[in-house]
Amino acid sequence: MKFKNLKLIILLLLFNTSFAFSQDIKVYDFNAFKQFLQKTDDKVYVVNFWATWCKPCVKEMPAFNKLYKEYANRGVEIVLVSLDFGKDVQPRVKQFIKTHQIKPLIIILDDPDTNAWIDKVDKNWTGGIPATVIYNKSKRKFYEQSFEYDELEKELKTFL
Amino acid sequence: MKKYSILFALMLALAFTANAQGYQVGDKASDFTLRNVTGEMINLYQYADAEKGAVVIFTCNHCPYAKAYEDRIIELDNKFRDKGFPVIAVNPNDPELVPEDSYEKMQERAKEKSFPFPYLLDEKQEVYKIYGATRTPHVYLLKKEGQDFKVAYIGTIDDNYKDAEQVSKKYLADAVNALLENKKPDPDFTKAIGCSIKDKSTKK
Repeated sequence: MKFKNLKLIILLLLFNTSFAFSQDIKVYDFNAFKQFLQKTDDKVYVVNFWATWCKPCVKEMPAFNKLYKEYANRGVEIVLVSLDFGKDVQPRVKQFIKTHQIKPLIIILDDPDTNAWIDKVDKNWTGGIPATVIYNKSKRKFYEQSFEYDELEKELKTFL
Repeated sequence: MKKYSILFALMLALAFTANAQGYQVGDKASDFTLRNVTGEMINLYQYADAEKGAVVIFTCNHCPYAKAYEDRIIELDNKFRDKGFPVIAVNPNDPELVPEDSYEKMQERAKEKSFPFPYLLDEKQEVYKIYGATRTPHVYLLKKEGQDFKVAYIGTIDDNYKDAEQVSKKYLADAVNALLENKKPDPDFTKAIGCSIKDKSTKK
């Protein structure tokens, strides 16, 4: 019994240190986050709202990964905004990044008064996820839907 | 004959587009009859506890937002059922897409949490579309006016899904209290992040 406990402790220690080495994902409230929706440089921004437990969100992650691969060096910035919440948010999202080999920037939006900010993302957003905003300094479009890669690329191209 | 069928198709298409937006505050809420976790069919307009209205909440098992609100929904039902505004929970999801939201799993969850309110399955996924629900949880507070139920408030339960202790605005409870005092809820519409409703026919 004692031996078993010791093993568990060692395992836990290993587990903790491995996470201590990887940097925490940045957490924003809406006020701090809104800069990601207001860039005015020459790039195109693709901002996707998702969560690890959201099946259709997870399903479209490869599309965003591929978009990153194809367009990151062509003036396209992708921001994946996790709405995960709960006690183990950091390890949960980090593990997700690792498992799914997520390449684009991931941040966490933690602002529970969602009624106060949903309209500021887009007036047409009813609040379901996944949801995506594509914009540049002169144009903006909002999508409350899931994407396959081809459709996502097609939409992106209307901004390039 | 062909002309008529084209016309009919057009009218049908129009009817569906008109419905796509769902209800707004003030609209008459249509009746529904859906199976409860107990096996019995529950009918909104015949629901005995709904003396003054009803709190229709589209919610489910699997969604973390829905889970976070479970205890608060139980509390709301305990608080307002006897005042004539019982909770009626409706799961709008397709269990083939989310096995955790199957009828059997709903029964399990209702038992575990001893839901005091009916927990219905929108098996044909028609009711949520008529109401215009897009996420779970999504609340439609209905007020009885004569024989009809009218939509009085649409939106979220309160302003903090994460922590019931940190809530500062109890939108839904305030709205029911307003109706009990014969006032109009203010606000009568709020938004919240939620899980999209899982339906094969939509891209969500």
